[in-house]
Amino acid sequence: MDPIKEAMLHRSRSAKLERRGRLLSLACISLIVLVVLAIFIFVASRGLATFFTNKVNLISFLSKSTWAPAVKDAHGVPQVGALPMIVGSFGVTFLSAVVATPFAVGAAIFMTEISPNLGKRILQPVIELLVGIPSVVYGFIGLSVIVPVIRTVFGGTGFGILAGTFVLFVMILPTVTSMTVDALKAVPRHYREASLALGGTRWQTISRVVLRAAMPGILTGIVFGMARAFGEALAVQMVIGNAALLPKDLISPASTLTSVLTSGIGNTVMGSLENNALWSLALLLLLMSLAFNLLIRWIGKKGEMK
Amino acid sequence: MAKEKVITSKDVHLYYGDFEALKGIDLDFNKNEITALIGPSGCGKSTYLRTLNRMNDLIPGVKITGDIRLRGQDIYASQQDVVQLRKQVGMVFQQPNPFPFSIYDNVVYGLRLAGVKDRSVLDEAVETSLKQAAIWDEVKDKLHDSALSLSGGQQQRVVIGRVLAVQPEVILMDEPTSALDPISSTQIENMLLELRGQYTIILVTHNMHQASRISDRTAFFLQGRLIEFADTKKIFLDPTEQETSDYISGRFG
Repeated sequence: MDPIKEAMLHRSRSAKLERRGRLLSLACISLIVLVVLAIFIFVASRGLATFFTNKVNLISFLSKSTWAPAVKDAHGVPQVGALPMIVGSFGVTFLSAVVATPFAVGAAIFMTEISPNLGKRILQPVIELLVGIPSVVYGFIGLSVIVPVIRTVFGGTGFGILAGTFVLFVMILPTVTSMTVDALKAVPRHYREASLALGGTRWQTISRVVLRAAMPGILTGIVFGMARAFGEALAVQMVIGNAALLPKDLISPASTLTSVLTSGIGNTVMGSLENNALWSLALLLLLMSLAFNLLIRWIGKKGEMK
Repeated sequence: MAKEKVITSKDVHLYYGDFEALKGIDLDFNKNEITALIGPSGCGKSTYLRTLNRMNDLIPGVKITGDIRLRGQDIYASQQDVVQLRKQVGMVFQQPNPFPFSIYDNVVYGLRLAGVKDRSVLDEAVETSLKQAAIWDEVKDKLHDSALSLSGGQQQRVVIGRVLAVQPEVILMDEPTSALDPISSTQIENMLLELRGQYTIILVTHNMHQASRISDRTAFFLQGRLIEFADTKKIFLDPTEQETSDYISGRFG
């Protein structure tokens, strides 16, 4: 057989390698997908048991504000109203994002547009350091500094949504800042040149062109920060007061989905209603992080279309 | 008859760190003429162009000496407002660089920077400048679509319209057609011929044919020096310097 025909009929070494590599990466990604699916199914099966096995009404789970799974009301239905935790979680998440965004965008503008040198040498390492600090440290600082300050300034115990907001603000600031920095850096240089060449001042260029062009990226950063705030458990648990009550102001003890989960999950018996109710909270958390993810993808797509 | 000079430059030197990119350029530009700057890559013609609206200020490590005046006013004087200068000396870049906004928002960008808010003034400026840029008929029904949805040639004409909208005294063009296909290039050349006589245009180009077709005067740069500067006809038909004739006849570069 002539050599060309033979070569055409047999897989070459590199083609085999290619195939092996593809199989290997396929195996890895399948494993990851499997694990994620398994977690989702497990949490869902536990979380849904509250509604199917224990016959709790989904609407009242989301809208009632009494969280006492061990106690049954006059109709013999357990009192699992998750509204206080839902309000607490969303409260700290949105407030911390609202507080963090201006600081993060300001810091990012400074680091990319105003003083890239100082940004790279000092601010970048500081921000990376902030990401690496364990959340228990943030919680402890919150507990020993922020809570007493709030107690002195506003009265009350000092525990509550406000304390949680401050702690989460510091925790999500690096996330939002570094993603905003990336978004600003991705704005092509020629947009800036075009604006300056048209007689734009530096500030006009930043506010009207750079920020506008980077907006999808900045929004993505904010949503990422919110996802982190929503899922943070330990630090929040340490400062929020852990009272499953509907918060009436920002400085009275409250709770979040995560804080109730961490403080309660070890004290319940697997398969009991108390336990299932906590899994329902976990399911809610999982669905919310899914929602945050979808939001991020949607913003990214919107940004591309321009 | 002596023509009115808009920009004069004397003995302009520019250094990138230790490297001397411009070695003493003396060049004047007449009002409402198109002046072409030609020369091989790296000869300093784009660098020189960018000294005229101080875009080189943005590059760290650049030092400029010499005297450049816009209508007698030293543009490198310490009291010169760079922002004001750039409003008077507009610039079109090699790559079409519309902002990721609508066509309308692109064109009125410069006016809005200057604080113009009146809708009717903005509307009129958009129509006038896009007509001047020979793109009005193609985009008049989609002014609020993204400028990035246009073809490269259309984008470049919108960008030229954006510069025209602020009515600069001088327009600098840095190889405005080199990233475009021949048909788009011809459209832009025809538009520049229409603008000749209304605007002072300084055009850097690699395209000899373009320089000879649309410019009134041509300056030939080589290795940071101005070799020859004369009427376009003279440069292309009867250059004084040997280097100019070598370059134009394609013997190097």
